[in-house]
Amino acid sequence: MGTIITPYLTLAAILFCIGLYGALTKKNGVIVLLSIELMLNAVNLNLVAFSKLGDHPVLTGQIFSLFNITVAAAEAAVGIAILIALYRNKGTTDVTEMDSMKR
Amino acid sequence: MVSDYSQYAWLIPLFPLLAFLALTAMGRQMKEAGIYFSIIAMLASFIVALLIFVERLGGNVEGYTWDKLDWLRVGDITLNMGFEVTNLNSLMLVIVTLVSLLVNVYSKGYMKDDERIHVFFSYVALFSFSMLGLVISENMLELYIFWELVGVCSFLLVGFWYFKPEARAAAKKAFIVTRVGDVGLFIGILLLFWHMPGHSLDFSSIHNAFSTGKIDPSTTTWIAILIFIGAIGKSGQFPLHTWLPDAMEGPTPISALIHAATMVAAGVYLVARTFDIFHASSDALLVVAYVGGFTALFAATIGVAQNDIKRILAYSTVSQLGYMMMALGMGVSYASGMFHLFTHAFFKALLFLGAGSVIHAVHTQDINEMGGLSRKMKITTWTFAIGSLALSGIPPFSGFWSKDLILSEAYEHNKLLFWAGLIAAFFTAFYMARLFFLVFMGSPSKKHHAAAADGSDHTHSAHHEPHESPATMTTPLVILAVLAVVAGFVNTPMNEWFSHWLTGEDHAEPVNWFILILSTLTGLLGIGLGYLMYLKRSVPRDVVSGKLPGLHTLVYRKYFIDEAYDGILVKPLRGMGYILELIDIYIIDGIVRLSAYAVVSLGRLGARLQNGQLQTYGVITILGMLILALAIAGRRFIHAE
Repeated sequence: MGTIITPYLTLAAILFCIGLYGALTKKNGVIVLLSIELMLNAVNLNLVAFSKLGDHPVLTGQIFSLFNITVAAAEAAVGIAILIALYRNKGTTDVTEMDSMKR
Repeated sequence: MVSDYSQYAWLIPLFPLLAFLALTAMGRQMKEAGIYFSIIAMLASFIVALLIFVERLGGNVEGYTWDKLDWLRVGDITLNMGFEVTNLNSLMLVIVTLVSLLVNVYSKGYMKDDERIHVFFSYVALFSFSMLGLVISENMLELYIFWELVGVCSFLLVGFWYFKPEARAAAKKAFIVTRVGDVGLFIGILLLFWHMPGHSLDFSSIHNAFSTGKIDPSTTTWIAILIFIGAIGKSGQFPLHTWLPDAMEGPTPISALIHAATMVAAGVYLVARTFDIFHASSDALLVVAYVGGFTALFAATIGVAQNDIKRILAYSTVSQLGYMMMALGMGVSYASGMFHLFTHAFFKALLFLGAGSVIHAVHTQDINEMGGLSRKMKITTWTFAIGSLALSGIPPFSGFWSKDLILSEAYEHNKLLFWAGLIAAFFTAFYMARLFFLVFMGSPSKKHHAAAADGSDHTHSAHHEPHESPATMTTPLVILAVLAVVAGFVNTPMNEWFSHWLTGEDHAEPVNWFILILSTLTGLLGIGLGYLMYLKRSVPRDVVSGKLPGLHTLVYRKYFIDEAYDGILVKPLRGMGYILELIDIYIIDGIVRLSAYAVVSLGRLGARLQNGQLQTYGVITILGMLILALAIAGRRFIHAE
């Protein structure tokens, strides 16, 4: 059974790492949001894989991944809205410039 | 007979203490009033002291002791504080308060242009308080506290003109050198505490224990010698005398106070006060006598070659203190030593205040730059002459009687010391004659006016012409001059009232007319030689220094004692201190600074990481989680073992 789930988990881990890398290094806010989506989807992949192929397969994982997708959509909507507002104010979506919370 | 006034003896140190507190608290605001307050406080002390003294003149040798104040409880031993009045310390009280009072009055004139005059008066008041406290202390420990206070005051006053580097150095030297002696005294007190029955340190117990021989002889010798080391330090005896001439950097009234009644008298007083201990050990007495005799001769020879008016007087003090110690060490009784202390207090205070008056007038301390002052300063000249004659031991001045008593005793007990004393008397007379003739007689020095602008120990601007000092300064001189004449008559070979009164013992010293005449002749010979060399100039001044330049240099440089100390003790110690300082700076401080630096840089790093950028925070979060994960994994790994 372990051999069956491993490719899913590996893919999820790779996706998560790509997403993490992007979220921590990219300057463009849109790409950062995209990277976060990648991370969330990696998590979703894990949830679905475990709900189907885990030791005690239950549907909870799949339902939870639906919640995740919903939250991700809401987050993307709010995030993009904030980005647009920032772009209108500052003329850039560069996240390194967004440090007005510092003081 | 319980005396009426003696029970109020505690008032005597209290008045100067009040003056000190008042001047310290609001000296600046009080201005002139503070100085009058100080003088009046001293006058009050003097009156009380005089009342006690007069009361005790009635042949009463019983002491009055009050020791009701419980001070410290150590186990089941209680240390008391209190005061004691005996004939010995009633005499000291009068001397100290009188000299202190006169110095106060004199200082009002001498220091009037100094900005810190109220500070000066407050220090003087503290000094008087400490000394009076020392005098009436009831036990050794109390005495030791005041003993140290006296040392502190000498430090403050010698270094009063702290802006002069020499004054700072002299103050430090006075403090440190006397501390060396104080360590001896301290160990002596500890030994005494250890060996005394019931660990009691009060003087009456000491008297009982030592006069009945309860302490074993070798311990007694040790205690006595250790106490004497304290006295060596304070009284400027060889080899701890080096601070005393340097202490001349202080204001001149302070020199008078230190040399006549307070600091240096404390050592002699200490030996007299603990005389029972010394009396019980003939070895210790011998040490005292030889140190005293040697110091008397040694310092007198140095005095011959000095050029600074105050330094000559300082060496004469060292020498005269040597006489006192010699007298105490003779072991007959402390009467002759205290008698010399008594007369010396007056004429030495007189000489110092006179020297102050001279310095006030000519603004130099070099006797070669003075001369012919007798025409301009009549009162100073006459009083100084009286003081010089008293110091030289010329009859009928007071110094003659006291020095003679010592010499007579020495003749009876130890011929070697007698000759040392006699030769010292010759040198004393000679250098006083030299001083007097160079300063007051002859013609004014040409260098005088050139030197008037600088080199003085004064803060106010130079006058053009020497003139007599104001009445506040001359009045004390006159009073002291009168005392310097009459003080000796309390104890003459014809009338031994003083010794009898002081010790309560009858020991009729045989009147030795041979000694009387011999010492007078010695004094006259010294003066005569000084007259021929420095006034008539029929004997060339370089009669000795020309033929034996090495000897002159040796004496002029004070036998290179200071240089020897510098080479043997000061330099190695300073080197060691330097190394220790390096260790302190680089190793001890290094550790401290390193830890501080580590914390500070950690904080800097933290501050830099808080740059408001989400991504940085993200990295930190990830790193934190990684560390956490590793920690958990590691913990599991360890627990698996």
